[in-house]
Amino acid sequence: MDLLSGGEMLIRALHDEGVDIIFGYPGGAVLHIYDAIFNQDKVEHILVRHEQAATHAADGYARATGKPGVVLVTSGPGATNAITGIATAYMDSIPMVVISGQVESKLIGSDGFQETDMVGISRPVVKHSFMAQDPAEIPMLVKKAFHIATTGRPGPVVIDIPKDVTDPKVKLPYQYPRSVKMRSYSVPAKGHSGQIKKAVEILLAAKRPVIYSGGGVIQGEGSALLTRLTKKLGYPITNTLMGLGAFPGTHKQFLGMLGMHGTYEANMAMHYADVVLGIGARFDDRVTNSDVSKFCPDAKILHIDIDPASISKTVTADVPIVGSVSAVLKEMLELIESSEQKVDKKSLGVWWKQIDQWRERNCLQIPESTGGIIKPQSVIRTLYEVTKGDAYICSDVGQHQMFAAQHYPFDKPRRWINSGGLGTMGFGLPAAMGVQFAFPKATSVCVTGEGSFQMNLQEYATCMQYQLPIKIVCLNNQALGMVKQWQDMQYGGRYSHSTYAESLPDFAKLAEAYGHVGIKIEKMSELKKKMEQAFALKDKLVFVDVLVDPEEHVYPMAIKGGAMKDMVLSKTERT
Amino acid sequence: MRHIISVLLENEPGALSRVVGLFSQRNYNIESLTVAPTEDHSLSRLTLTTVGDDRKIEQITKHLNKLVDVVKLVDLTEGAHVERELMLIKVKASGAQRAEIKRTADIFRGQVVDMTQNTFTIQLAGTSDKLDGFISAIGPASVMEVVRTGVSGISRGEKVLGL
Repeated sequence: MDLLSGGEMLIRALHDEGVDIIFGYPGGAVLHIYDAIFNQDKVEHILVRHEQAATHAADGYARATGKPGVVLVTSGPGATNAITGIATAYMDSIPMVVISGQVESKLIGSDGFQETDMVGISRPVVKHSFMAQDPAEIPMLVKKAFHIATTGRPGPVVIDIPKDVTDPKVKLPYQYPRSVKMRSYSVPAKGHSGQIKKAVEILLAAKRPVIYSGGGVIQGEGSALLTRLTKKLGYPITNTLMGLGAFPGTHKQFLGMLGMHGTYEANMAMHYADVVLGIGARFDDRVTNSDVSKFCPDAKILHIDIDPASISKTVTADVPIVGSVSAVLKEMLELIESSEQKVDKKSLGVWWKQIDQWRERNCLQIPESTGGIIKPQSVIRTLYEVTKGDAYICSDVGQHQMFAAQHYPFDKPRRWINSGGLGTMGFGLPAAMGVQFAFPKATSVCVTGEGSFQMNLQEYATCMQYQLPIKIVCLNNQALGMVKQWQDMQYGGRYSHSTYAESLPDFAKLAEAYGHVGIKIEKMSELKKKMEQAFALKDKLVFVDVLVDPEEHVYPMAIKGGAMKDMVLSKTERT
Repeated sequence: MRHIISVLLENEPGALSRVVGLFSQRNYNIESLTVAPTEDHSLSRLTLTTVGDDRKIEQITKHLNKLVDVVKLVDLTEGAHVERELMLIKVKASGAQRAEIKRTADIFRGQVVDMTQNTFTIQLAGTSDKLDGFISAIGPASVMEVVRTGVSGISRGEKVLGL
């Protein structure tokens, strides 16, 4: 058995856990750990320029690969800077392990230099946290942290390690535990068979069914099963913002995204459905609209989720099924295939006819542009064409995020990477870095706005250091577009602190200052050509600054306090 | 409705703060809280009382169960149970009042555990209602200081909350 210090144990344990890349930033409390990193070559460390970016990069890596993202930060400001990224991962149930340095054990509580109570400050936004007391504990803590982060409903786990625990002078025998058992933590494996049978009966008897699936299907590796089930039944399906790609976005059974900026047909179908099968989705307020009493008034709700607390939290489930999405979908498929009960084809035909009528409304039609002004929606459609629908799209937060979700159909899971729950501006670029590290040859795109981008642009330097050929497509409307849209619609057009056109940098030059390439697009006629040029630069990071119509709004948009059928469809139309 | 939720908790640093934090984070109420190690020193038993409709209580128990440090829990109010709370109360007691207060304490099966010329300190155990009843019987004007432990409880019969 090897004799290792706490710092060495940590890195060795990460390797034994299958980790090959971590994102971090050094500082006093983690110097012993960084020295241990220096002396090995199994775990690669990526130096970011801000701890928030380390967490988002690890998050992007996790979303794209399904493997946990790993972060290493120092105590105090390093730890607090990581909080936004941890909260982002927590809200979207992303597996992540964050290792934070802490001041020496004997200094804890003394307001020491760079001391902060990381376990305390992170508590509401982690699945669990540990503080290491002794180097001998480290292998088991790492094992437990990864076990908790990756099983059940995934989430971030923090390990806080006081500096003395990683002391290179204290060497102890190292062995990585093969398994972990915790009496207070267990994971629901499969769903209740009786409940599944009941759900299948209701589902097969449905006259106006809708399948509504969320991020849980992607996290739970259930996309293939969901696709099989949906095609087998021939039912319409809609995805949440987090669930896009779980079912092929170009398939005719797909109604588009639902919710606040969902399609007319998806929201109408939900409202008039008689059976809603919710899978790995949590009926959150951006889906149900604010008054849940008006939500799906005629529908029986069948709800599959691995987290019992998600079931009947906002909308009461008629048939709740707690279990892993994959296990439950597999059982459902078997039951459907062997059942004598068949789908009500006649009613389904009538239902599809109704849905096709709603589709004819063409709610995502791009408004006509005059004088060569570029509509933001056109940029996303062009991006889809140029990337042949086969890129990883990492989005920031705002109008561009909604346009991307609406206009870039995803045929595969893990291709749409965005901060859905927390809505973290500044997520896009570091997430695209994480994706590019995971898949160096893939096209990693950051769709952003000039507002979000400025929240983590320091990562240009990281992209240069590691030669990441990310393509950044900025829908530049010279304002905080989503804020401005709400101010237009609800505050009489009073743009309180949502505009800054006069102080924007020259984004092309800014990219060049960091050694990257900047391209500016101002006219509709040059959009496609210049986008193609940008994507042809395979080994360069390119920032594509697209000046878009600053007056454009995201539609459809749910009417506050209404039902799902209540939407604003354009500046002049409502349902 | 008022519920008494009893929790077996890992006796780990920070475990209690996770429970308390959950309540404030999700806007749930804690009316009383009591916690101490059990005969197995790796476990603490925590009893809390809270108020809410069925939906809220269901969410509370589900979220408590999700905490990694929570081993098991039971909503005692779902079945027959014994609940007790201990109170130490210091009251003004001089002259003719003394006999009256002593008599009231006897009726409530309280014990005088300390006294001065002008005060009694009385120990009283029972349901929270009973303790409230004693305070109003004594009369709030006589009460100088009240210390209550919060509710502790256990199921009736052979049912046990254990590993």
